[in-house]
Amino acid sequence: MATQTATFPATAPASAGVLLPAFTLWWREVVRFYRQRARVVGVIASPLLFWIVIGSGFGTSFRSGQSAGQQHYLNYFYPGTLVMIVLFTAIFTMMSVIEDRNEGFLLSVLVAPVPRAAIVLGKVLGGTTLAAAQGLIFLVFAPLVGVHFTLASFGLIVLTVFLVSFALTALGFAIAWPMDSTQSFHAIINLFLIPLWLLSGALFPLSGASGWIRWLMYANPLTYGVEALRTLMYPEAPSAFSLTASILTLVLFALFMFGLAFVLANRRTTKPAA
Amino acid sequence: MDDNRTLLGVEWPVAPNSSALDFAPSAQPVKLDSEPIIAVRDLLHRYQDRTALSGVSFEVRPAELFGLLGPNGSGKTTLFRILSTLMVPTSGSATIAGFDAIRQPAALRRHIGVVFQAQSVDLKLTAYENLWHQGHLYGLRGPDLKTRINEILTRVGLLDRSADRVEIFSGGMQRRIELAKGLLHHPEVLLLDEPTTGLDPGARRDLWQYLQILRDQERVSVIVTTHLMEEAERCDRLAILNEGTLVALGTPEALTREIGGDVILLEARDPQTLAERIRNKFHVDATVMENQVRLEIENGHRFVPDVVEAFPGEIQSLSVSKPTLEDVFIHRTGHRFWSEDAEPPPETGKKKNKKKLPH
Repeated sequence: MATQTATFPATAPASAGVLLPAFTLWWREVVRFYRQRARVVGVIASPLLFWIVIGSGFGTSFRSGQSAGQQHYLNYFYPGTLVMIVLFTAIFTMMSVIEDRNEGFLLSVLVAPVPRAAIVLGKVLGGTTLAAAQGLIFLVFAPLVGVHFTLASFGLIVLTVFLVSFALTALGFAIAWPMDSTQSFHAIINLFLIPLWLLSGALFPLSGASGWIRWLMYANPLTYGVEALRTLMYPEAPSAFSLTASILTLVLFALFMFGLAFVLANRRTTKPAA
Repeated sequence: MDDNRTLLGVEWPVAPNSSALDFAPSAQPVKLDSEPIIAVRDLLHRYQDRTALSGVSFEVRPAELFGLLGPNGSGKTTLFRILSTLMVPTSGSATIAGFDAIRQPAALRRHIGVVFQAQSVDLKLTAYENLWHQGHLYGLRGPDLKTRINEILTRVGLLDRSADRVEIFSGGMQRRIELAKGLLHHPEVLLLDEPTTGLDPGARRDLWQYLQILRDQERVSVIVTTHLMEEAERCDRLAILNEGTLVALGTPEALTREIGGDVILLEARDPQTLAERIRNKFHVDATVMENQVRLEIENGHRFVPDVVEAFPGEIQSLSVSKPTLEDVFIHRTGHRFWSEDAEPPPETGKKKNKKKLPH
């Protein structure tokens, strides 16, 4: 059916607001991911392999030093592996910020009347949904390592995974947004994000670590995420922080990261497509 | 999803409209035909080490098919980024539909549709999904959006493929989806960056025909960047850019008429000497360009027998042609559009194919 003839209407489309574009970006992020089956498997396969091989490899030779009982390394390494899955998914989805902006859908978004807040919200929530979903899928292996869920503990685990996903995705966004090429992003992954994970208590506990490493681990917000998961999964084992302290730190971490992402996305510079 | 009012339990702040699209009364008055829809003033842009645009100014009239012609490195991509509000220029101003590109980008973006040279369509999504997401970016939704999507898909001839993933489309079909995306929200102004890249001649013709229909029937102002002369010739008016400056502005006919005659090219064993002798004998301006002697002369066909007889055996080949836009370019800049040995300056940020002009 033909549109208005001759003159173009003198009226302009109403503002898109924040929620509709954010929703659409969130939805697109989720749909895209699950249409790339290779990626979906990839973000779980690697950490899974790590967990099985390293966990079985260290086996019972692992002594956590301070704890009363002794955990098989598969059990110890389990929460860290979950966080690794979350981290990998978050990285993967945020890499698309760089790729999409030079040649992709994000170009269309940047020239549309969409507030930057909507872009940040949509992308970060999209990445969070995926990272949390992939992490929670990993919970199918929980019974194998002696984790027993109660309704409360499961709910709190979901909350913790969500917070960690949100914080890491927002961090990924904040890193990716000012970047021009994916090579730089790869460098940051290897030099910053992986070490962040290494120093989070995923591989080795706080208690036995030597001085300066221990301080780094205390300062690392991700440590609180891993510790919270560990406390929830293995309530009998002693934990370095209380659950409340951990979750609170995670909330602050998440809010700070989102704030950073938001501020960065709102800058308007004379660089191309910034 | 079908409910216009609420989504996920949230009340939308926008009042739905019973007409086809969500239109709200604009604070801006209707543009008179005489006022420009785009006004660029002294636009200057510097990347770190080079100046891409040095003080470009021009205007585009409403419902005009306007071309930006220039070789790689001429600044037309920079200009395109500024007009599409992707980038803030170092200095100068650009106004589209009354809105300042630097100070009022959000308001301006409602009035423009952009078709990039780079792919901006999501290959993993279907044609319909791509347009559905695109519509949301402009505040379109629900059954009205669906109607509009089907309408635009029909216009570009892809309605029967709406449920297919874009990754299986041919290059030409992907371009059409890009065009559909740019036009979905009824923009007054359509910006296209080298839209016929990678299209076969039939598809190019179709695209240009469609742009003309847009201009005539829907009064859309279309701005196209190109490095192809034959495309530039189909524009109502064009601006020719070279190394960041505007070297020509006007209708293709007016610009070529400037040349004031035909262009004669002579091949000879020693072009320099021949040029000198022609200058001395006929008192016409003869230049040497890429080993050919070049003359701009009225009634070239009359001059041909004179020059051949004056230098028997020296001229290896001779051509007489009506002036083209490239001749305008040469006339204004003193060199060819693409020179054989010069390397076009690198474009910042994007990979570009160096395209040779067909002769």
